[in-house]
Amino acid sequence: MLDALTDPFTGEIGQRALAEVALLGVVCGPLGVWLVLYRQSYAAESLAHAALPGLVIASLAGLPLLVGVGGGLAVAAVAIALAGRERRVGSDTAIAVVVTTLFGLGVLLALRPEVPARLGEILFGNPLSVSTGDLVATGALALGAIGALAALHRPLALGGFDQQAARSLGVSPQGAELALLALLAAATLVAVGALGNLLVVAMLLAPGAAALRFARGLGPSLVLAAALAVGAGLAGLYVSYYLELAAGASIALAAVATFAVAALISPLLARA
Amino acid sequence: MTALVTTSGLRGGYGPRSDAISEIDIHVDAGQIVAVLGPNGGGKTSLFRALLGELPRRSGAVEIEGRVAYVPQTERARLDFPVSALDVAAMGTYADAPWYRRLPLASRRRAHESLELVGLEGEAGTLFGELSGGQRQRVLIARALAREARVLLLDEPLGGLDRASASRVGRVLADLKETGRAILVATHDINDAQEADRVLCINRRQIAYGPPSVLDAETLERTYGGEMITLPGGGKAVVVQHHHH
Repeated sequence: MLDALTDPFTGEIGQRALAEVALLGVVCGPLGVWLVLYRQSYAAESLAHAALPGLVIASLAGLPLLVGVGGGLAVAAVAIALAGRERRVGSDTAIAVVVTTLFGLGVLLALRPEVPARLGEILFGNPLSVSTGDLVATGALALGAIGALAALHRPLALGGFDQQAARSLGVSPQGAELALLALLAAATLVAVGALGNLLVVAMLLAPGAAALRFARGLGPSLVLAAALAVGAGLAGLYVSYYLELAAGASIALAAVATFAVAALISPLLARA
Repeated sequence: MTALVTTSGLRGGYGPRSDAISEIDIHVDAGQIVAVLGPNGGGKTSLFRALLGELPRRSGAVEIEGRVAYVPQTERARLDFPVSALDVAAMGTYADAPWYRRLPLASRRRAHESLELVGLEGEAGTLFGELSGGQRQRVLIARALAREARVLLLDEPLGGLDRASASRVGRVLADLKETGRAILVATHDINDAQEADRVLCINRRQIAYGPPSVLDAETLERTYGGEMITLPGGGKAVVVQHHHH
């Protein structure tokens, strides 16, 4: 039994994958709680998808994927800001237009024959291929993001709970929301390598949404979301190893499963 | 008597041309409750924003003694946010420390004491969204008290409350008045305004300010215009509220 638990992680590849998903879980879980509470799930999906052209161009040019995602996110942010300035368009429509355009551009680029075979990893992720450099980047993100979330806890709580009164209590709700979006961009930047452009959203949102179904209070929700995200990462790696399925997709499905279970169980617990 | 709020010729607004409020001249002493009466869009909330320093001021002066706190309508706060009554009261102490530092223990204690003052110490751990409307209103008042505010600005605190809850909130306000705070209450209810120490009638500009006796038919007509009807028989004035959906 013990062997069955440790087998997937006896090699260096498995150990690196485990460390990567654990670090990402610690970041994505709590971040997801705030994204759900701030109703920014659409922004999370949009940011991830808008980064696709940058990823493909980096892949074609042989640049680090981090550079590609960073460039893609910057272009998307500028394009959304410019489109959103047109009053008749509005921010929702601006995001939809820009993201769809960038995603379409990314797919067009990805279909070029000279795109390396690694493109599948860009779209669907592969934690089994993370390098030591990727792990260092994820570790730095985890440290920075957890520190930022801890430091921003009060502004995020007040800015999200009562936008109207926040300013009179010394908190800028717009500032809190901007900080949250900056953290989302940083997390997307790093997580896309392991979880893929299409699947990273599951890890960002599902454990957070699941935790909010169970936990009473912000603190317990944040801790539970981190635990669920790490658990989903671990479960996904087991499923991938024993059923020989793609690791990124397995983790995404495990993350979504946490929400499905929470949605089924939480009404029963509330009645008990 | 110590004046806690004084405005003279206050005029301000967001848009480049139109004023949200103008000609506001009020003087509120410690221990006074002022009812701010006016139609929707008449400038009640803009006046509060001006007193909080959040409304661009075009002319006039505002003098406020001590801290000022705004208490919004409860439905403006997020009922699905997983925060307890104590968490919400503690938000009033957030300015005690920079955002990146831990709050001092004394702040947490003050939040507890504020809940006691509004009679909700037994609900400290209850989620805000699970409280009744009247309890939620009292928690938001506790948050303002935790801020150690001497001036409270309440935006329609009795709106949507049943008679018992409204009476409980009214008693809390009466107790706070005794502690020497100045309390401005935005309201649509002429009967509530009659109970206040002073009444400010406002419709984008000041219509009247003084004791409740200023509430005569002509003042109400000028304040509410087409939003007021007079019931046949007793000649009682009633404000027809327009709800935004």
